[in-house]
Amino acid sequence: MVLVFAEAVNGHLKKAAFEAVTYGSQTAQLLGSQCVALTLGNVENAGQLGIYGASKVYNVAGSNLANFDSQVFTSVIAQAAEKLGATVVVISHTSTGKSLLGRLAARLNAGSVAGAKSLPDISGGGFKVTKGVYSGKAIATYEISSPIKLISLGGNEIPLQSTGNEVAIETLELTVPASRTKVIEVKRQEGIVPLPEAVTVVSAGRGMKGPENWGIVEDLAKVMGATTACSRPVADADWRPHHEHVGQTGVAIRPNLYVAIGISGAIQHLAGVNQSKVIVVINKDPEAPFFKAADYGVVGDLFDVVPRLTEAMRKFKAS
Amino acid sequence: MKILVCVSKTPDTTSKISFTADGTKFNDAGITYIMNPYDEWYALVRACELVEKNGGTVTLINVGGPQNDQTIRKGLAIGATDAVRIDADPNSSLFIAKQIAEYAKEQHYDIIFCGKESIDYNGSEVGGMVAEFLDLPFISFASKLEITGSTATLNRDIEGGVEILEVETPFVVSAAKDMAEQRIPNMMGIMKAKSKPFVVVPPVDFPDLAVPVKYVLPKEKTGVRLVSPDNMEELVRLLHEEAKVI
Repeated sequence: MVLVFAEAVNGHLKKAAFEAVTYGSQTAQLLGSQCVALTLGNVENAGQLGIYGASKVYNVAGSNLANFDSQVFTSVIAQAAEKLGATVVVISHTSTGKSLLGRLAARLNAGSVAGAKSLPDISGGGFKVTKGVYSGKAIATYEISSPIKLISLGGNEIPLQSTGNEVAIETLELTVPASRTKVIEVKRQEGIVPLPEAVTVVSAGRGMKGPENWGIVEDLAKVMGATTACSRPVADADWRPHHEHVGQTGVAIRPNLYVAIGISGAIQHLAGVNQSKVIVVINKDPEAPFFKAADYGVVGDLFDVVPRLTEAMRKFKAS
Repeated sequence: MKILVCVSKTPDTTSKISFTADGTKFNDAGITYIMNPYDEWYALVRACELVEKNGGTVTLINVGGPQNDQTIRKGLAIGATDAVRIDADPNSSLFIAKQIAEYAKEQHYDIIFCGKESIDYNGSEVGGMVAEFLDLPFISFASKLEITGSTATLNRDIEGGVEILEVETPFVVSAAKDMAEQRIPNMMGIMKAKSKPFVVVPPVDFPDLAVPVKYVLPKEKTGVRLVSPDNMEELVRLLHEEAKVI
């Protein structure tokens, strides 16, 4: 049986949760098994997991699950895996999932793959899964040999597939330990798609000359329904918030479309964005290294080009 | 205050990555190795700052062969008090974490630091594994850590924001950017490092449960297609009809 931990924020499932269940149900099909989803704490739309292939959806309730604590969540997910007899456990490769993966691997004595890119290859009785390594510069195939396999699924790696209907939520009675951490405050920008989940990202760098010029970037992002991001120097200079920084030391993203405006494309920046499916680079310097990693390029002054692109996008969206 | 910092050795961030002809091993010809940046710039430096302020020791631990000694010495030059190398050639994160946990379990560290991930395997797993083996709280992706008495206050990076939380020692933390500023070791540090305690201990037996068996390089981009800055309608058309991403 494939057990999927479906992650929620503010009582609603994340897109990553639906992706994980889609992945889990396709894995279960390969194995001739079933996919079961697990939600923790109060989740209002958990039944929708059935649409993406969960044959059952379990919920564990408890006030200790209101805030994320890797120790508490690991204990509960591991108990569920043991009680339900899971042979594969799937979670999302998000800040929550990354914080759980190592703990769960140690707890379940499971071989793990962090940030999986593909469904398992089970030919010849093996269990092989690919993932990005060397900060996206290469792809490795991992072989898992333990009885329980543990996978965190990378964001935007597989398209959502609806195969079934909403299912009823069943309650699972497990021991929820007390948390040894105390959350004081959560500051989260509401109403935006978080960068790791974003399908379209509009990002800008030092070429913007100053934070007061970001209006044209935000206009373009708004028309495209994109999440905004920035390069490291921009975040370091406090032109933009720290959580917008994409690159080696910031957030690693893999959107379908990455638009880079006034970013030269240093190797450390590329390490965080090189798994984007399509990259558009707008830069006035034709020698900018980013053009070598781009699919489409525009050599020109961003202060002219970006408003024109916004206008063309607006016309396209209206048509 | 007694602190352990887990460090790994990785190829330099600007390395060109390649593999042996059969794709089963990393080709390290011409590769310069460094201490994993998250381990060095953020975890180790913050650990050193804490003991400089509050007193105590910073022990640096690495799981690897003698080729890692130079990297470990650099950590001592930056300010670690002493170092331990578990003498093994690791293939999996769970093996590494087991070695660290076995060493740490009798030592009663107040804080165990690691970087948020290594820049080679990008697993972000070892910190959580060590925490689970030792039954300790684990705070991941911390960009700030202050401590008063036995209570630590941390900022934890989450999608689109930050979580502020408190935890009592002992705990495990993974360090992200902004936790500290990179330090360049000075000549005094480098000289002192030569005489700091550095022990090599044998590993405990533990199986590899997940190992990389094959590597490939991603498909190269076929070359950028340039669009005139005067014709953004054309770019929109290409993104819609050719790339199919809008």
